[in-house]
Amino acid sequence: MPLALELDSVDFAYEHGPPVLRDVSFEVEAGEFVAIAGPNGGGKTTLLRLALVLARPTRGRVQLFGEPADRFRDRARLGYLSQRAQLGVQAPATVREVVSAGRAARNAFGRLTAEDREAIEQAMERVGLADLARRPLSRLSGGQQQRAFIAKALVSGPQLLALDEPTAGVDVEAQEALSGLLARLNDELGVTILYVSHEFGAIEHVVRRLVLVRGGIVFDGPPSSLPGVWHDPSHVHV
Amino acid sequence: MFEFEFMRLAFAAGAIVGLLAPVVGFFLVQRQMSLIGDGIGHVAFAGVAAGYLIGVSPVWTALVAAIVGAAAIEWLRAHRTAAGDQALALVFYSGIAGGVVLISAAGALNANLFAYLFGSILTVTRAELLRIALLGLGALLLVAILLRALLAVAIDEEGARVSGLPVAFLNGAVSMLAALTIGISMRIVGILLIAALMVLPVIAAQRVAWSLRSTMGLSISIGLGSVLAGLTASYYLNMPPGGAIVLTAAATFVVAAGLETLRRRV
Repeated sequence: MPLALELDSVDFAYEHGPPVLRDVSFEVEAGEFVAIAGPNGGGKTTLLRLALVLARPTRGRVQLFGEPADRFRDRARLGYLSQRAQLGVQAPATVREVVSAGRAARNAFGRLTAEDREAIEQAMERVGLADLARRPLSRLSGGQQQRAFIAKALVSGPQLLALDEPTAGVDVEAQEALSGLLARLNDELGVTILYVSHEFGAIEHVVRRLVLVRGGIVFDGPPSSLPGVWHDPSHVHV
Repeated sequence: MFEFEFMRLAFAAGAIVGLLAPVVGFFLVQRQMSLIGDGIGHVAFAGVAAGYLIGVSPVWTALVAAIVGAAAIEWLRAHRTAAGDQALALVFYSGIAGGVVLISAAGALNANLFAYLFGSILTVTRAELLRIALLGLGALLLVAILLRALLAVAIDEEGARVSGLPVAFLNGAVSMLAALTIGISMRIVGILLIAALMVLPVIAAQRVAWSLRSTMGLSISIGLGSVLAGLTASYYLNMPPGGAIVLTAAATFVVAAGLETLRRRV
């Protein structure tokens, strides 16, 4: 299988700060569903940000779909749900308006085409929000808001979907609905998924690969082979 | 009142500014940079003073100064050299201090200066209306072209960055549009009041709107309505037009806030 993401001997530190990641080498094949877990401050979000070129490594190489990440131009192939995703605007925005914003990755200027409109309807339908398209986000539950942002990330037809703490602040029911949705996206559309969370209980049964990060990669394998004590990531020790 | 040419010119110029200011202000408010208009306005004041000093039309020197000020604020903010409010404060105070020094050197501390500080819409000439129309329509056209990308950045800046949108360019474009709006609106409501016309209609509209589209539509309606109602009030009640326009926009905010409170109770 071709590689969707490759990190080779990557170090990262913030300016004047201690190292966050050291000598990380990590490959994700196209179509994989990978959970990245670890304690707070362990570097898992930084790993995701390096993959999406929101941060640059201090050493090493990052590649997206076989190209150097910083020169990767076909960015509509990337979908991203940021940590504590929330509206950047103060004005009320409807579900359709939020999802439409994600389509700018394919067509940023001028009017929406028929193809854009169809993609927006499909994305809302896929996350089960088609009936709430005209509802302002502020009048939706935390789980529904999260699904609207996932639809926004999906609407450009990404091949790599990166989610940072997508279950933060949503109830258990919404977490289970989310894991089902992601499993379907992975199975039906072959979307490569990177799922970053400090807890992975909600998706443990749907991912095939778990990566634990604490300054480096301390475990990489199927969740079933994870030592029992490590099921609580706060117990991860190098 | 339309039998007077100066009123016809004032309404035409005011309508363009009433339309443009809230459109640009919409993006400033969403970026929580409502006061950037004030910062740029004070740099524009230094530009007016420079115009008097070197004997060039103050409108053009103010426009150049406003663009330089907007670029400085955006650069300081984007490079995290200073936080947004600190960048604004630095440019704001440097602008007003520079203006005072230059205006004193030019010996122009007189009534003409007030036309730029508080507006002088009733003295707008045909040539000025043409300039306002061309620059205003150009700015509106640019917003129309960039609208979807600007909204994507406003809704989720980091997501927009990941999807490859030119975020720095788009943020810079908003600042430039703010500078342009201030440059062409000086004669309408004045450097000290134009920021209010960019912000008040938007924050009023947000109180009662139900979507981004309706927020923008209502902002434009309030901006345009405030200019037309303010000008009418100034004609019949003998009030300064700039002040009357901004007070009308402020009154609209009070009404919108009241409506929002009522809606929540029902």
